Amino acid sequence: MKENIDRRGFLKVTGYTAIAAGVFGTLSGCRRHTSPDYTEQEQDNREMTYRINPNSGDKVSILGYGCMRWPMIKDEYGKDVVDQEAVNRLVDHALANGVNYFDSAPVYLQGQSEAATGKALSRHPRESYFVATKLSNHRGPEHSKEEGIRMYKNSLKAFQTDYIDYYLLHNLGGIDAFNKRFGDNGLIDFLLEERKAGRIRNLGFSFHGNRQGFDQLISLHEKYHWDFVQIQLNYMDWKHPSNWNTEAEYLQAELDKREIPSIVMEPLLGGRLAKVPDHIADRLKEKAPQSSVASWAFRFAGTQKGVLCVLSGMTYKEHLDDNLKTYSPLKPLDQEEMSFLEETADLMSKYPTIPCNDCKYCMPCPYGIDIPAILLHYNKCVNEGNVKQDTRSENYRKSRRAYLVSYDRAIPKLRQADRCIGCGQCTEHCPQSIDIPKQLHKIDKYIEELKRNM
Amino acid sequence: MLRTLRIIFAAVFFIGITLLFLDFTGALHLWLGWMAKIQFLPAVLAMNTIVSAILLIITIIFGRVYCSTICPLGVMQDIISWIHGKTKKKNRFRFSYAPAKNWLRYPILVLFIIGLAVGGHSIAILIAPYSAYGRIASNLFAPLYQWGNNLLAWLAERAESYAFYSTEVWIKSMPTFIIAASTFIIIFIIAWKGGRTYCNTVCPVGTILGFFSRYSMLAPVIDTEKCRNCQLCSRQCKTSCIDVSNHTIDYSRCVACMDCIDTCKDGAISYTWRYGRKSCSKTTVMPAAQDSANDMNSIDKGRRAFMISSALATSAAIAKAQEIKGDGGLTDVSHAQKPQRKVSPVPAGAISLKNFTDHCTGCQLCVSICPNQVLRPSVSLNKLMLPEMSYERGYCRPECTKCSDVCPAGAIRPITVEEKSSIQIGHAVVDYEACVVNTDNVKCGNCARHCPAGAITMVRIDPDKEDSPRIPAVNEEKCIGCGACESLCPARPVTAIHVEGHEVHKTI
Repeated sequence: MKENIDRRGFLKVTGYTAIAAGVFGTLSGCRRHTSPDYTEQEQDNREMTYRINPNSGDKVSILGYGCMRWPMIKDEYGKDVVDQEAVNRLVDHALANGVNYFDSAPVYLQGQSEAATGKALSRHPRESYFVATKLSNHRGPEHSKEEGIRMYKNSLKAFQTDYIDYYLLHNLGGIDAFNKRFGDNGLIDFLLEERKAGRIRNLGFSFHGNRQGFDQLISLHEKYHWDFVQIQLNYMDWKHPSNWNTEAEYLQAELDKREIPSIVMEPLLGGRLAKVPDHIADRLKEKAPQSSVASWAFRFAGTQKGVLCVLSGMTYKEHLDDNLKTYSPLKPLDQEEMSFLEETADLMSKYPTIPCNDCKYCMPCPYGIDIPAILLHYNKCVNEGNVKQDTRSENYRKSRRAYLVSYDRAIPKLRQADRCIGCGQCTEHCPQSIDIPKQLHKIDKYIEELKRNM
Repeated sequence: MLRTLRIIFAAVFFIGITLLFLDFTGALHLWLGWMAKIQFLPAVLAMNTIVSAILLIITIIFGRVYCSTICPLGVMQDIISWIHGKTKKKNRFRFSYAPAKNWLRYPILVLFIIGLAVGGHSIAILIAPYSAYGRIASNLFAPLYQWGNNLLAWLAERAESYAFYSTEVWIKSMPTFIIAASTFIIIFIIAWKGGRTYCNTVCPVGTILGFFSRYSMLAPVIDTEKCRNCQLCSRQCKTSCIDVSNHTIDYSRCVACMDCIDTCKDGAISYTWRYGRKSCSKTTVMPAAQDSANDMNSIDKGRRAFMISSALATSAAIAKAQEIKGDGGLTDVSHAQKPQRKVSPVPAGAISLKNFTDHCTGCQLCVSICPNQVLRPSVSLNKLMLPEMSYERGYCRPECTKCSDVCPAGAIRPITVEEKSSIQIGHAVVDYEACVVNTDNVKCGNCARHCPAGAITMVRIDPDKEDSPRIPAVNEEKCIGCGACESLCPARPVTAIHVEGHEVHKTI
């Protein structure tokens, strides 16, 4: 109880500071009447860039930690478990370098992400970081209010806290999903109450879907007041979204119109904008030999002024260090660099890669297929130029061997594409709306051709 | 000089043949495949009259040089015996003359021939030298080689190289593995103690060639003028066939290794034309009551125990449903259990089960080379060690004819990829109860999607309903029995579709 009061006292203090900062923010923003600008003007060299949340006044680091890709190890039973020691080290390093936003979800890493992140964070003062997590009730066959509340309470417990800074309705695609999961069962009312009580400081949703779905959800702003929205934004999705996903340019403009800050997910498309085709990489390297390929994507996301925070699922310290370098401080892209990336995106959209970001929402496959591994392996071979349809093409034999040998290395035989029966249970979980069975069968057919034609 | 020549030949053949069993990629067979095809018993069983005749003519001219150079089991015994000889000088001269054990070798030869002709084929091939060596190489040496390869593949993977790829190492048949191991241990002990005892008491090929070498034109001959009866030649003769007191050599047992020629300090032994010189009397045959040869009995004992234990092992693997806690993770998957087949299929090119069993020597060359883990030695008593097909780990892929390329015995005749696509070795049978369309209420069709013959169609359970679930139906006329459907069927623990072999293959 005592602790509670302490926390509340603290909340008040932060609240006042927030208001004060908010006033400054609006003062400087008011003059222009164009798109909002959450950037802080004074910038110290080699210091993390921060953005100010216009609603709460939170000073959020532009780099947010995505907790979906923590390093995993095998326990004594051969099961994949989070490498807690490594997580602790990464979290310490991130906090020490100014990262203060941590984004998790109950379903990440087979349900282990929240507890692992909570363990690492709770070793630090609660006010030194923002917790973001989600209501991931999209999996269950039923969507009851009780189930949702249980999930929410579990999150509080996992993070060893009594308030959540940023709480998201996880993976919404349109009004139907909203009604089914939050509207009809009254879960949204519960969450609004929690926000009023201060236990949810910001309420928003994460979005994957088409333009119509987004319009429906954003129209709920008048009713519920979204404090923020999490969208998929990067230089590919800006104008070339895959499948039915929406142009990030549109999403960001709609949010700017309503002065809703955005949190960016998939700035790197699950690493696809780091592992680009060889000649694209050459192109980027030629422009900036000292900068990593990934840094372009992070600068692009950070350049958008309405963006509060850019999430990155950094498994390795090298990723973290590279991103810290990019964002300490952020050098926004200039007009010329912007159009250069646009051209790059045009070039990349012509590659027949599959838009898989390795989020693993499709997993586990009931028949044991390692879906993301198969798709990523295919993309890797496309990017390396090892996918050749014609037996007469140059280096066919070399590419054939490279594909088949690396395929067996990447995926055990019983988990390969030829085992996909096409039941389709994975498809609805894919936020990128990939027709997974179709892609797996296409890859399987390609491999069959390779095997037959020596 | 002659001895060096013999050792060079022996090394070339021994290494070559061993590599045939080790090289799972099949690349070496293009170059060395003939080494398996000039083995005596496979050549006879393949009715390869030219090779058989040449081998006999060589024996009539040169003596049993075949046993000293071409036969891998013989060379292996030489190596073991030589190593023992190297340990101490005394051990090198550990032999002494012993009369031939004809009471043992002739009955064994007769039983062997009866076994091959009438039945008990798998018992007969237990003692055939080339196939015994093949089993040893493929069961004992190949795993070591493969592990070595897998280590290199592991390193290559870290170096982003595709020079090596890893391969599965598994015991394809426990009884055959045990037989190979016991054969190796028994041969090792016999060779360690008595050199070529096996070749002159048990080996049927040795006995047959002995008939011819007895009258060979060239042979080591003792010059009585020069011989000082020092016994050195006799004490190092691994076949124990030099009778110094009578100055005679039993040419039916001599494998023409030329060791004695080099050993004799007086130059009393020379490899020369025997006829027209002073005639050499044949050694008297004396029944000796000692040692050896109850060795083969021990093999049967373990057999039943293995079959029981392997049956237990397979039935233990049962897939269990997992609770889905969140995103990611992998469901447990396992290989399907081997189905109960009325007839196990044999590869295209075998023509029929009868032709296959008549010719196969159980050497395991095809088992070693099969890149799809389809072939493995049978565990059933009447076909023990003879290869058969099963599809838990892979299926008989349409582009592969490796087993037919390598078979030295004519059990699997050479075929082309085109011929293979139309040879029916069996047909698929569906168990509708086990099909995931029924058990899991999902749509599947993985068997139909992968059938290279287009023999499976997915038909509606309820023909009147347009959107009725579909289950596989096999067109037996088009099915060739390759096992793609069985291998890729998701039903567990036993697949919902399996192949029944045909006794006689036919072209469709």
